Amino acid sequence: MADGSIGLWTVPLAVLGGAIRVSTPFLFVSLGECITERSGRINLGLEGTLVMGAMSAYGISYLTGSPWLGVLAAGITGALLGALHAGICSLPRVNDVAVGIALMLFGTGLAFYLGKPLIEPTAPRLPAIDFGWWSDIPQVRAALRVNALFLIGIALAPILYWAFRTTRWGLLIRTAGESSDAARAMGHSVLLIRLRATMVGGFLAGIGGSFLSLFYPGSWNEGLSSGQGITAVALVIFARWDPLLCLWASLAFGGAAALGPALQSVGVTSGYHLFNAAPYILTLAIMIITCSPKRTLTGAPAELSITR
Amino acid sequence: MTSEAADPTEAVGTIAPAADPGFLQRHGATIEYILIPGAALAGALVVFGIFVAMFGKNPLDLYFYMYYGAFGTWFSWQNTLTRAAPLILTALCTALPAQLGMVIIGGEGALLVGALSATSAALLLQSMPPLIVQIAMVIAGVIGGGLWIMLAGALRQYRGVNETISSLLLVYIGLAILNHLVEGAMRDPASLNKPSTREIGAANMIGSIPGTDVHWGLVFGLIAAIAAYILIYHTVFGFAARVAGGNIRAAKIVGLGVSKLILTICFLAGGAAGLAGMVEVAAVQGRTNANLAAGYGFTGILVAFLARQNPLAIIPVAILLGGISASGGLLQRRLGLPDASVLVLQGIIFVFVLASDALYGRIGFLKGKS
Repeated sequence: MADGSIGLWTVPLAVLGGAIRVSTPFLFVSLGECITERSGRINLGLEGTLVMGAMSAYGISYLTGSPWLGVLAAGITGALLGALHAGICSLPRVNDVAVGIALMLFGTGLAFYLGKPLIEPTAPRLPAIDFGWWSDIPQVRAALRVNALFLIGIALAPILYWAFRTTRWGLLIRTAGESSDAARAMGHSVLLIRLRATMVGGFLAGIGGSFLSLFYPGSWNEGLSSGQGITAVALVIFARWDPLLCLWASLAFGGAAALGPALQSVGVTSGYHLFNAAPYILTLAIMIITCSPKRTLTGAPAELSITR
Repeated sequence: MTSEAADPTEAVGTIAPAADPGFLQRHGATIEYILIPGAALAGALVVFGIFVAMFGKNPLDLYFYMYYGAFGTWFSWQNTLTRAAPLILTALCTALPAQLGMVIIGGEGALLVGALSATSAALLLQSMPPLIVQIAMVIAGVIGGGLWIMLAGALRQYRGVNETISSLLLVYIGLAILNHLVEGAMRDPASLNKPSTREIGAANMIGSIPGTDVHWGLVFGLIAAIAAYILIYHTVFGFAARVAGGNIRAAKIVGLGVSKLILTICFLAGGAAGLAGMVEVAAVQGRTNANLAAGYGFTGILVAFLARQNPLAIIPVAILLGGISASGGLLQRRLGLPDASVLVLQGIIFVFVLASDALYGRIGFLKGKS
């Protein structure tokens, strides 16, 4: 009975489920990128970090049998890639946008190379927490099966918001991002602050990748991420470098990304590819609406090369 | 390749100053532009050698097969040049906007849209003589790709949208449109496993340069690169573009039409990548399908950076990287390396090339005494 009676409600339910399920990688990458960009540097390489994170999480989970070790490995891989980005960027006259593009290609290539033997085997996945136990409609239950990483991500957004505003650590990052001269005058190494911020950003993006391979879609293949990383980087820009807005934007994006598969499940298959491109179209549309050639964006870190 | 990059160091360092003391001062910058990317390339090859050695492969075998697969035989040369053709064109898509200080990385999207437009033109004009169809395909490919990147340029100029991110988003949107049309309105019902458009017809293919298996796309690429070089370095328009790239405020003060410059350059850049798409359809695939998203657009970004955004330098660099991708098949067969090894090497080269930017003006013996 349940199946037939909800009919077209499947679509909004799937979009809701998608907002919960699909948004997690967006959330982690955008929060990570938020930290990096607040320190005055942009890391476009998080697309590569995401794919490397997905691959290493799957590999470690397969080898050790523990998905949580996989998540940790993904984070460490991401932090290492972040350190590489920050290390190259700290050389004189090196452009951080270009380094990001290079690491995007490098990370993706390396993940495909190392991940070749992982396409076949099945690794243990992350467990789901069932929040839909009260309902006997299977679609509702499916939509509300969430992963602990999602909850961690949701908790992380307000924590970061608070940390940026009130902690010494947050102040240092913001100082490096607003005026590197001021940070230097205070006796801090701007390069060191940015190194740490990029590594933390990479760590979070790597964890976002682990979610892709260990929970949803929950396998490793070369088409796993197509632009989620770069979309999340763009998302930070229109979230105005605010972690709380990153959370809402990620949820909206997850919903948009779930639209294609949701419509397909009720038999609307004609515009499948176009609906799948919805997050990219949405990103572009929001950037067109919110950007302006006349002024720099409010909330933009002054040292950020991309908004200067 | 390693020795090639190392030799000039010694030759220049020891012989040239004695023969002509002013030589280094006059040509120091040019020597730097060759020496530093060469050294970066050599460094990347060494690191890649260590990388494959960790997987138990002999790095010397690797270098040999890479050379052999890229430039060892006439067959591999043809393979290399065939791959270099689209790379020259997609590299221009990054290098031309770079003159204006813009970082465009959406060559892949312009290539796909160009291919789609060129295919549509060919399918619409099927009853026409082949030459007309081919010319229409070139025009359609250039306009399709050109408008695609011009959109990114217009968004940057009129809405302040970052062109790096928007051009990359447009890649995914372009791919979605291509898949949508290829599986829907433009699908050839006979293409079952691999949804494709109908074929443009054997008569309309542009064919090979006589005596070779290399298609005419290479000539398109060479002409486009030389034309771009002349445009940038030997015309008033190119001068204006470089002024605007150097200092946008100065350009506005002297009354240069910056909007027009940005839109025109972006159109030409996208047009080059669109032409690459047309070439891939009219010389290789014969139809449009998802095979076209083979990554030429992304490798083109690397080519442009390695060539330091100079349209003429793009030609040898594209041949070099075409060679690397041509050797991929041999590496797979002989050494059992995954096909992604070419991507890894490209990534390492890219990282080294960017890191080597820090070296300019710092090499002791190249510093003039002025």
